[in-house]
Parts: sequence; C-alpha cells; structure tokens
Amino acid sequence: MDYQYLLELFCGGVVKGSLYALIALGYTMVYGIIQLINFAHGEIYMIGAFVAFIVAGILTFSGYSGLSVLLLAAIVSVLYVAAYGFTLEKIAYRPLRHAPRLSPLISAIGASIFLTNYVQLVQTPDFLPFPELIPEFEFMADISSLLSSADLVILVVTALTMIALTVLIKFTRIGKAMRATQQDMIMARLVGINVDRVISWTFIIGSILAAIAGVLIGSRSGQINAAIGFMAGIKAFTAAVLGGIGNIPGAVLGGLLLGIAETFGAGYISSAYEDVFAFALLVIVLTLRPAGLLGKATKQKV
Amino acid sequence: MLELRDIQTYYGAIQALKNVSLKIGEGEIVTLIGANGAGKSTTLMSICGVTPPRRGDILFRGEPIHRRSAEDIVRLGICQVPEGRHIFPQMSVLENLEMGAYLRRDADGIKRDIAEAFERFPILGRRRNQAGGTLSGGEQQMLAISRALLSRPSLLLLDEPSLGLAPLIIKQIFEIIKQINVENGTTVFLVEQNANQALKIAHRGYVMENGAITLEDRADALLSNEDVKRAYLGI
Ligand SMILES: Nc1ncnc2c1ncn2[C@@H]1O[C@H](COP(=O)(O)OP(=O)(O)OP(=O)(O)O)[C@@H](O)[C@H]1O
Ligand SMILES: [Mg+2]
Repeated sequence: MDYQYLLELFCGGVVKGSLYALIALGYTMVYGIIQLINFAHGEIYMIGAFVAFIVAGILTFSGYSGLSVLLLAAIVSVLYVAAYGFTLEKIAYRPLRHAPRLSPLISAIGASIFLTNYVQLVQTPDFLPFPELIPEFEFMADISSLLSSADLVILVVTALTMIALTVLIKFTRIGKAMRATQQDMIMARLVGINVDRVISWTFIIGSILAAIAGVLIGSRSGQINAAIGFMAGIKAFTAAVLGGIGNIPGAVLGGLLLGIAETFGAGYISSAYEDVFAFALLVIVLTLRPAGLLGKATKQKV
Repeated sequence: MLELRDIQTYYGAIQALKNVSLKIGEGEIVTLIGANGAGKSTTLMSICGVTPPRRGDILFRGEPIHRRSAEDIVRLGICQVPEGRHIFPQMSVLENLEMGAYLRRDADGIKRDIAEAFERFPILGRRRNQAGGTLSGGEQQMLAISRALLSRPSLLLLDEPSLGLAPLIIKQIFEIIKQINVENGTTVFLVEQNANQALKIAHRGYVMENGAITLEDRADALLSNEDVKRAYLGI
C-alpha cells in the first residue's frame, strides 16, 4: 500500500472538500430558514470569482502582485457579491414568499440561467486565465507534493471563515435571530424579530462565503468561465444534502466527504468518472439515511 | 387600552374572523372562551400583526396598530405566549429567555429580569443550559410565559396556557398569571378552553363562536350564565 499516495489524495480531497463546504453553507443556511433551494447560489460563486478576476487583473496591470492583490480582490468580490445576494433575494424570491413552493424554485432556476448568460454576454463565454496570486512559500517546500501553497491558503482561509461563521451564529444578535427564525418563524416574529431582515442577512452571509470560495478556486485552478457556477453549485448542493440540508455542521461534513470521495475515486479508479463518485456517494448515503448524515428526520411542517 | 373594532381576518379565501369587536381596559384580566376553531388564536395573531386583519381597526392606547409590523407591536408593549408554547427547541432555556428580550438594549435590566424569572420558576434556573425542546410541557409553559415577560409587556396575550398540563401545574400557572397582573400591573388577555379556571381569575370575559363574539359580561356573571354553563363549563 502506497501511503504517500493515499495521503496526497486525502489532502487533495480535503482542499477540494473545504471549497465545496464553503458553497454548501450558503445552500443549507437559506434552506434552513425558508426551505428554498437557491439554485442561483452557484452563479453567485461564479460572479465572486469573476469580480476577483477583474480586480486582480487591474491591480496586476498596475504593477501590484502577490497576496496583497489577492486580499484586495477578495474584499471587493465579497462586497460586490453580498450586494448580489441581497438583491437576488429581493427580486427573485421575496415577491414569491407566500406563493406555492414550486414558484420560488422555478424563479431560482430562472435566476441561475439569467446570471450565467448575463456574465457570458458582458464578459465572455471563454475560459479566462486567473493570475497566480499565491507565491510558493519556502516553508512549504518539504511537503509541496502533499499540499501546495495555494492549498494551504485555502485551508487556512476556509477554517478561519468557518470559525467566524460559528461565532456569528452562536453569539451575535443577528446570529441568534437567524437561529430563532430557523427553529420557529412565527415565534421569531412574536418576539419582535424582523424576519425579512434575517432572510436578507442569510442571503448576504451565504453569498459572502460563496465569494470567498470563488476567489480561492480562481487562484487555485488558474482559470474560470461563466459556467463554473453550474457544476460547483450542483456539487455543493449535493454536499449540503449529504450532510443533511439545513444543518450547518452537516454542510461542512458533506463538503469534506464529497471532496475526499472524488479524489479517492479519481485516484484509485478513474479520473474520468470523478463526478460519478460524488453522486454515487449521495445515492448511497440517502438510501441509508434519507435525511442526510446529520439531518434529523423531521415531520412535515404545517 | 386595546380595542378591536369589527375586525375580519382571512387565511387565503377562508374567513376566520367575521366580525370581532372587544375592549380590554388597563390593568384588567379579560378572557376569551370558545370552542375549537372559533377563532381565538386567530384573534391573538391578528392583534400581534402575524395575520393582520383585512378589515376593521385595532387600537392600542387609541393608536391604530393593525397596519404595523409584528416587530413594532412588540415594541409598543404587546407580547403573546402562543398556543403550543413555541419554545425554540434547539436553544437553551437561557437563550430562549434572551430572545424574549430581543428588542431591548439594557443589558443590566435584562440580566435582572432573567434572575427574576429564575426566582419565579426555580426549575428554569436549574435547567438554564438545557435545550428548550427537552423540557416537560409544564416547564415549557413556564419558560414561554417568562420569555414573554422579558419583553416587559404592558399587555400580555396568553393562548391556552393550560393546554395539556396536569391539574396541579394548571393551578400554579393561573396563580402566576394573577400574580403578574396584580404585582406588575400587566394587563392580561387570556384565551382559554378551561373556561371555569379562566373565568375565576378574570374580571371580564367574551364568548366567541364561529369567528364572532356572541356574549360578553363580567366574569362572575358568565360563570353563572346558563348558556355558558351548558356549553363551556360542562355543568
Ligand atoms: N394557518 C391557517 N390556514 C387556514 N386556516 C386556518 C389557519 N389557522 C386557522 N385556520 C382556521 O381558522 C379558524 C379559526 O382557527 P383558530 O386557530 O383561530 O381557532 P381557535 O379558536 O384558536 O381553536 P382552538 O381552540 O382549537 O385552538 C379555524 O376554522 C381554522 O381551521
Ligand atoms: Mg387556538
């Protein structure tokens, strides 16, 4: 047994999985509160990558380089995409809040298609080369076969983001309002929580997480196009369902498992079927635990 | 203090309140009794802005509130303990109480009021870190009442607080309601199936049938009213 290879695959899987997890969190948080699958979430991620690409391009052109560009690009991307998430909810979902459940779902698919095509039109449908912003750290030289510097940055940023999210949800006023709204929306209103505002914040926070993932993937895979949101969205949604949709730790667990399953499947069996392993895992888990790994089998809400 | 004038509330096309008018005076305990499906809970939800009436006026201290948001209404000092208690199940007892104080900013005052809640219901203090969903029915009702009080309401709406509780606990809950009314001067609007107990602590009462008020009187008069006895007191 080749342990070095196994370890390489494992590390690759964790890196990939943590990006899935970042995106999956947005799906799961929105679903937890309004039971809507926000199909346009993958496009939010794609737009995050595009904004970072544009900002990084301008800065690189102006002679800046390295991590400072990455940081600035990330900040602009996060702000821009937060506004996108907020607006998307206002335009595509809020008017349908009391409509039959299928309507917002269809609106979500429409928003997803619209955003993909919009970016294709105003930017380009081709792949664009993302500038290399993460330098090779010297201290990483010994383990560079396991983990590149970009991978390290991804892991650190993802971990920090998740810690920040946990603190936000557990201790802040808006975090508590989010939990209360998720657990009992009527009671949340009765204690004076503005549920509309909580929903807006949920979209904003989910979008910010997706933007961070978009910036990170851009600087790792080296290229982006307008269609990357589709596959990433499906994978992250799969991760969210795997962990139990609506469950926040579940989204992280689902993301990591999915990433690891994919790299192991690709590494030991065939890379041509990478996507198949992800969905096969989903089918297996849902057969055994229909509510997902950490999801509770809930009774239908009335 | 609160006045409902001909309010009509709908769920989609279904009309739940046909014509409800009632008045609650400052410092009173007023009870609303009626059969299942009469529209009692809907009346409370209409007052709180959760299911706003389609027609009619709701006045609080003379000011119309039927177009105000649920948030504004809590801010004005109206708070409801809904039917079925609606404890946030995955939040601790302490967090549930904190949610009751969601609109308040006086950290010290909140702390004091939480300590007071634990004094009133010592069992809640002992369970402060336990998830709300794991409390017993009686404990949940105590928590629901305490949570509502944390908003410092001047008008407290209670929807069937005795529902599903053992007689001894029911007695305790009614005593506490009376105590809240006398000691804090909180006005109480009490919806109950348990008409006998409710009329015993109330000053006045209304009887509701099919989405409309059919009878109103002083509580002692309702207790001895033949129709009420037959329909709601099981005598
Ligand atoms: N969410 C809802 N959607 C549709 N109809 C509803 C809804 N809630 C209540 N109703 C209907 O409105 C009417 C009044 O219901 P409401 O809950 O106010 O009655 P109630 O007097 O509180 O009854 P109970 O004593 O059983 O609690 C009922 O006919 C009920 O079926
Ligand atoms: Mg009711």
